[in-house]
Amino acid sequence: MPNTFYILLIPLLPLATFVMLGLFGRKYFQNTSGVIATVLLLAATVLAMYVAYGYFFNYGKAGGVYQKLIPVSYHWLEFSKGLSIDIGVILDPISAIMLVVVTFVSLMVHLYSLAYMKGDERFATYYAFLGLFTFSMLSLVLSSNIFQMYIFWELVGVSSFLLIGYYYDKPSAVAACKKAFIVTRFADVGFLIGILVLSFYSGTLDFKTLIATLTSPESSALKNAVSASFLGMSALTWGLILVFIGGAGKSAMFPLHIWLPDAMEGPTPVSALIHAATMVVAGVFLVARLFPVFAVDITALNVVAYVGAFSALFAAVIACTQTDIKRVLAYSTMSQIGFMMFALGVSKYGGEDGLGYGASMFHLFTHAMFKALLFLGAGAVIHYVHSNEMKDMGGLRKFLPITHITFLIACLAIAGVPPFAGFFSKEEILLAAYQSNKAIYYIALITSGLTAFYMFRLYFSIFWKKPYHSHNVHSATADKHGEGGFAMMFPLLLLAIGAAGAGFIPFGNYVSSDGNALKSEMHLSFSIAPVALGLIGIFTAMWLYKKENNKPDSIAAKLNGLYKSAYHKFYIDEIYLFITNKVIFNLIGRPAAWFDKNVVDGLVNATGNTTQFISEKIKGLQSGKVQQYAIYFLASVIGLAVLFIYLWK
Amino acid sequence: MEGSTIIFYLLAALTLGNALLAVTTRQIFRAAIYLLFSLIGIAGLYFWLHYEFIAAVQIVVYVGGIVVLIIFSIFLTQQAGEKMPQQKLSRQLFAALAAFCGLALILVQVFQHVFTATTQAAVEPSVANIGNQMLGTDVGGYALPFEVVSILLLAALIGCIVIALRTKTTNDTI
Amino acid sequence: MHPGLNEILFISTVLFFIGVYGFFTRRNLVTMLMSIELILNSVNLNFIAFNKYLWPNRLDGLFFTIFIIAIAAAEAAVAIAIIINLYRTHKSIDVENAEELKY
Repeated sequence: MPNTFYILLIPLLPLATFVMLGLFGRKYFQNTSGVIATVLLLAATVLAMYVAYGYFFNYGKAGGVYQKLIPVSYHWLEFSKGLSIDIGVILDPISAIMLVVVTFVSLMVHLYSLAYMKGDERFATYYAFLGLFTFSMLSLVLSSNIFQMYIFWELVGVSSFLLIGYYYDKPSAVAACKKAFIVTRFADVGFLIGILVLSFYSGTLDFKTLIATLTSPESSALKNAVSASFLGMSALTWGLILVFIGGAGKSAMFPLHIWLPDAMEGPTPVSALIHAATMVVAGVFLVARLFPVFAVDITALNVVAYVGAFSALFAAVIACTQTDIKRVLAYSTMSQIGFMMFALGVSKYGGEDGLGYGASMFHLFTHAMFKALLFLGAGAVIHYVHSNEMKDMGGLRKFLPITHITFLIACLAIAGVPPFAGFFSKEEILLAAYQSNKAIYYIALITSGLTAFYMFRLYFSIFWKKPYHSHNVHSATADKHGEGGFAMMFPLLLLAIGAAGAGFIPFGNYVSSDGNALKSEMHLSFSIAPVALGLIGIFTAMWLYKKENNKPDSIAAKLNGLYKSAYHKFYIDEIYLFITNKVIFNLIGRPAAWFDKNVVDGLVNATGNTTQFISEKIKGLQSGKVQQYAIYFLASVIGLAVLFIYLWK
Repeated sequence: MEGSTIIFYLLAALTLGNALLAVTTRQIFRAAIYLLFSLIGIAGLYFWLHYEFIAAVQIVVYVGGIVVLIIFSIFLTQQAGEKMPQQKLSRQLFAALAAFCGLALILVQVFQHVFTATTQAAVEPSVANIGNQMLGTDVGGYALPFEVVSILLLAALIGCIVIALRTKTTNDTI
Repeated sequence: MHPGLNEILFISTVLFFIGVYGFFTRRNLVTMLMSIELILNSVNLNFIAFNKYLWPNRLDGLFFTIFIIAIAAAEAAVAIAIIINLYRTHKSIDVENAEELKY
């Protein structure tokens, strides 16, 4: 393969950024670090596109089917024959697509941050962390070994932690980054146990071999995994569900979603990169990677589907009530990832039955475009208004024209209005759901309507509602600072082109569950229902929010209980706090602490104290008095003499 | 009752009685004198056993040398007339008990044992025989131990002088 | 009856343990030395008794007694020297005062 060196260079360039800026950035590169990082990442993006082009059009196919290729493999830690952690690169349709997505969105964010983070005193550190994240995410998608993926999974979590807590003097940011790391780490325990279960039954940690062993119908590994049962479910189901738990934590599925809204404490470009387009789809990517094994086990697939569908609906309901624009976008992300999850959940493996898989990956691709665009646009708005709350905004379309147009394009895309990208990917998902599971289809339909509604609620509240009065700027000259410069607007324009045009790519020809091309047809009659629902949502939002009025408040008052619980995110955070404080801390933590302090420490202290006590008592034996020694001597001699004369047998 | 038996018991009583007084009296000079009489009693026992040479050596060395040395040290180190302090009672009782146990043990062993005497002809312990044997080198000769003991005496002599030497003071004139 | 070996052994044993008792009980270094002399004398008596009653054909016991007397004299001299030295540093020859080697 001619491109092995280029493939390896793609993740290594951001790593070089991290090392260079991390070690020397603060001292030497403070002002130029952004440019250095962006240039290196531009090189990586070009290489990624070159490699993806080569894979999809030149050498990826064999006999009309896309293959999983392993250009690099290094044998590292061996536990037993066949069970070893290798470090390698796997190139297949989903990893090629993810290479392009991750590098492109990361490049946009790097460019945007040149203006957004300008003047920040830890500028070099910011770019170093971005480089670390990009390196980890790229290595995650290229991992050929499930344990290698776990390593980079954790590394991505660390980068997220560092970036959410970037403003470390804000206590809310510190709390948020801790929460993110703890929740995802907790989910990763499930992931690790799942890895162990799956590798135990298949005897290997390598993706290609693992999938092949557990999916071929005659293999003994599969028979063993299916027959061994624990609490009613087979071992294979347990393994897959545990792996899915790990993915659910990273992708903010219910009930492990609590960290995502709080993660908005990080800088907005970070939210665009990590918590919208790339890291949060890692869970979806994991399920897609192991999809052939999931397809064998219907129970696990159903779990994926229902969790995804429920999370989508749940998040959409909450997003309708939030007032912080980044929180609305965070719940929107959770909802869209729910879409991707249940699309995988209703899919089957092979040929036309694998429509859900193809649809999910397509939606991942388009979602990256428009969600990043939404976040970067929100960043421009926040940069202008210096506030995150919707009540401080309104009527900004005159002041931020480019932002306005690109934001509108993204909202239309996410609402599923043709001919933008979201329409095509959502259609395929809904079609896949309709063909397999009607209940999920109806949930998805309602969620699409709600999506259109809350996105346009957001749009109208920012750009229309009321004329803009800048309360918190000092003079009229501040209004003139306008939208950010070239560095902030150019990414918005590029992403808008992607959000508008990406729908026309015949994605099914390239990415599908088994490598064969999917025929993607347009069922026009099927599309009427979702589009109509979307347009109803848009017009409802326009009616309620285009001009300032009190209709939203009166509706909220009528739906009192439901509105209040949705506004408080259905009290999930409070439930978690209750469980940890009252149950875990009091019932488990305190007794454990008592035990540790009194029994374990007590035992050690008692050993010391007893020794000291005994030594105090017997130190009198060495009194320095010769006669005492002589008495002991004589007494012992007499004792020994008696022993030997009379008692020795 | 023969005369020698009576004399034996008198000598025994003298020895043991004075020894007991020597270890229990509270006045140090009297202890030295009691020791002196006890040693004379031992010498008397040697005379009764017809070992005159040893009896003479005992009187000359022990009584005339060691006891005198002890009396010298008493005068050098403290007042001879004061009453000495005693040990606490528990120590005394315990020591007495230990000594008594040891005594009982050994006496039981001694009286149970049957001592068989040799049947060969006796040798007269006269000075001539002693001299011949001590300085002889054939079987039964003690020339080597004799020389070794004289070296030991030399070492002891030098050792005493070194130990008792008063260390020089710092400001001594040349 | 004529006193034999057993009576003499009795005397020497009692003398030995009187010396032992004195060694344990006396607080004065010089009186401890006296007790040691009693012990050594009892041993001498033992040697002479065994020589006379059990091995009259040899003079080994007698020689040992001579050597013990000589050594006891040397030892007493050395002990006196030590006592004098100790008196110089402690200004007393109470053995209870010489307990520096304790815990």
